[in-house]
Amino acid sequence: MKALILVGGFGTRLRPLTLTLPKPLVEFGNRPMILHQVEALASAGVTDIVLAVNYRPDVMISVLQKYEEQYNVKITFSIETEPLGTAGPLKLAEKILGKDDSPFFVLNSDVICDYPFQNLADFHKSHGQEGTIVVTKVEEPSKYGVVVHQPNHPSRIDRFVEKPVEFVGNRINAGIYILNPSVLSRIELRPTSIEQETFPAICADGQLHSFDLEGFWMDVGQPKDFLTGTCLYLSSLAKKNSKLLTPASESYVHGGNVLIDPSAKIGKNCRIGPNVTIGPNVVIGDGVRLQRSVLLQGSRIKDHAWVKSTIVGWNSTVGKWARLENVTVLGDDVTIADEVYVNGGSVLPHKTIKANVDVPSIIM
Amino acid sequence: MSNKALILVGGPSRGTRFRPLSLDLPKPLFEIAGHPLIWHPLTAVAKVPSIKEVYLIGYYEESIFAPYIREWSTEFPDLTIKYLREYTALGTAGGLYHFRDAIMKGNPSRLFVLNADVCCTFPLTEMLEIFEEKEAEAVLLGTRVGDDAARNFGCIVSDPKTSQVRHYVEKPESHISNMINCGVYLFSSSIFSLIRTAMENKAIRLASDPTLDPSDGDSSSVLRLEQDILGPLSDSRRFFLYETRGFWRQIKTAGSAVPANALYLQKAFQARSPEIAAPSASIVAPVFIHPTAQVDPTAKLGPNVSIGPRAIIGAGARVKESIVLEDAEIKHDACVLYSIIGWQSKVGAWARIEGTPMSVAEHSTTVIKNGVKVQSVSILSRDCKVGDEVRVWNCICLPDKELKRDVSNEIIM
Repeated sequence: MKALILVGGFGTRLRPLTLTLPKPLVEFGNRPMILHQVEALASAGVTDIVLAVNYRPDVMISVLQKYEEQYNVKITFSIETEPLGTAGPLKLAEKILGKDDSPFFVLNSDVICDYPFQNLADFHKSHGQEGTIVVTKVEEPSKYGVVVHQPNHPSRIDRFVEKPVEFVGNRINAGIYILNPSVLSRIELRPTSIEQETFPAICADGQLHSFDLEGFWMDVGQPKDFLTGTCLYLSSLAKKNSKLLTPASESYVHGGNVLIDPSAKIGKNCRIGPNVTIGPNVVIGDGVRLQRSVLLQGSRIKDHAWVKSTIVGWNSTVGKWARLENVTVLGDDVTIADEVYVNGGSVLPHKTIKANVDVPSIIM
Repeated sequence: MSNKALILVGGPSRGTRFRPLSLDLPKPLFEIAGHPLIWHPLTAVAKVPSIKEVYLIGYYEESIFAPYIREWSTEFPDLTIKYLREYTALGTAGGLYHFRDAIMKGNPSRLFVLNADVCCTFPLTEMLEIFEEKEAEAVLLGTRVGDDAARNFGCIVSDPKTSQVRHYVEKPESHISNMINCGVYLFSSSIFSLIRTAMENKAIRLASDPTLDPSDGDSSSVLRLEQDILGPLSDSRRFFLYETRGFWRQIKTAGSAVPANALYLQKAFQARSPEIAAPSASIVAPVFIHPTAQVDPTAKLGPNVSIGPRAIIGAGARVKESIVLEDAEIKHDACVLYSIIGWQSKVGAWARIEGTPMSVAEHSTTVIKNGVKVQSVSILSRDCKVGDEVRVWNCICLPDKELKRDVSNEIIM
């Protein structure tokens, strides 16, 4: 089987993290985002993966070569010379996606969930039509494009309603699809949208079905959602009694959902959790309080600091008695001085912050 | 020649700007750098050998000061300390005049008059020297402040060569001078005849002013030193200025207790006072820790911190530029910066109580936040409780309140 991952551009919405690493390599739950997707695809029997990108950083090539060997998959970069939207990249990769009659997966690289590739493929095969899109239930459908089914049919999609004013349904496009190669002939090689052009056309022929996603779903393309997505992901691991999580029997674990790399060091009298990931070689001092936060590789939290709803970038240092909260994001190698308060600060790499950041702001 | 000192302590209807801390304790007894406010001028007075008697003049009840006076009489055995209670507020000069017989008993040749709400080095000996050298009738302590601050105080114009005061005006609307009145005076006994003259002048003025109702309380016996006496005195040619070389701050608002605490602690540290805790990895000098307070060895204190009797500072707590009062408790890993933690108040684990740092030269104790004027320090008054991990920022919390959520730029009633 084949798959295409829509990576797109520079991931500016996830800056300052993406000033240092391309978005697919930013660690989510202590593993690069793209690795979650590659692994799930490989385990569903996918052998060919196309990354649709409009730039190709060298760092990504070397990392992905490693994954090719590790998961026994072929990973190809399909590089757009101009942005082709969400459908154009499929056409650009037609040679690979259309090389045989088997259907292919398409997924947005920002989407995190329990990828249901095997079940999705089985369902797609069972209805035998051109396309299946994964849908997820949301509480406020009025913010999204909502899927409306044909009357008296559980899965065949009738139409899409963008940001409905009146309730028409609560299932939205989750950004994961399985399509037959015949769909490629519906797409022209130009900037075009799969949601707005390709799907309505398949729909009109009665060839598009929906597949309900079980469990969590999140577009983690920006820091606030990255943190929310981390909470959902860790909760999902907890539900599965994953051995990846640090057991609640550890004295410092508070409220569960704590993922700590074995190489990290934790000081005395800390209270960590709920919803914290701690990356490799992170050093946590004594009396540190962490909750709802992501600590990336090599970062350091000094004694008695208090960190909530914050992403601490690679090799950054948070000083003693510092307090970080409200979606603060530290880029690579940032230093927060002792006793400093940061409220929603977005701090670019290599900066040292010595005075309070009282209101959410970007520190260049 | 004998001299006396008079310390003006005010009364309960005064010092409202010191709320909420003056709701539970008269301002002159509020502890700064480990001692009640008026202890500081009292120690300065005790160092002048020619002063044998000190009177505290105010309109608080006698019982409030009685136990303190007993204690100070032991601490300063060469001083006789008395409290003179005014029954009506007669103004600073009116009060002095009312007690003229008691004050003049024993014929003291000079009188020091000190406002209790002043924080400074009280260079009384230097003032005496000027007084004698110039054969003065009065010497006034002055300090220089910035242009903006000056008009909130009494402004002095003096001859740069002779230090003779040429002009004095209280809180002028326009710029007069950067030299301001510190509220510390040295008078000859002729001050009482000056006050009497001022009273007579005021009586004449009141009688000839048809817009004034004599029953509205503004009688000729109500006289303030600054407004009614210093102005006329500046015409006398025997009124001199001594400019202090030390620090000076006014203690009006509760927030001003934090810089005053810092200044008195620095003074004690420079004087190598045994009361100041020895500097170490966890003590950034100067810090005062009451002998009955319990401070965990992993807590870090200072600079400019006073910890009151029986206060408890937990493991890994951080206290900087703050006053922690009697029986207060700061739990582990909490952080207290530029704040006052009131009597019996409790600060939860990982909580953060924070004010805004002010520059040393700043005489204001307010900052503008979101267009609103707020106190620069955070204050918890008596029996307040801050929950674990809660942040309190530039807030004033009245007694007996519990804070469970983050608050900023508010007064919590």
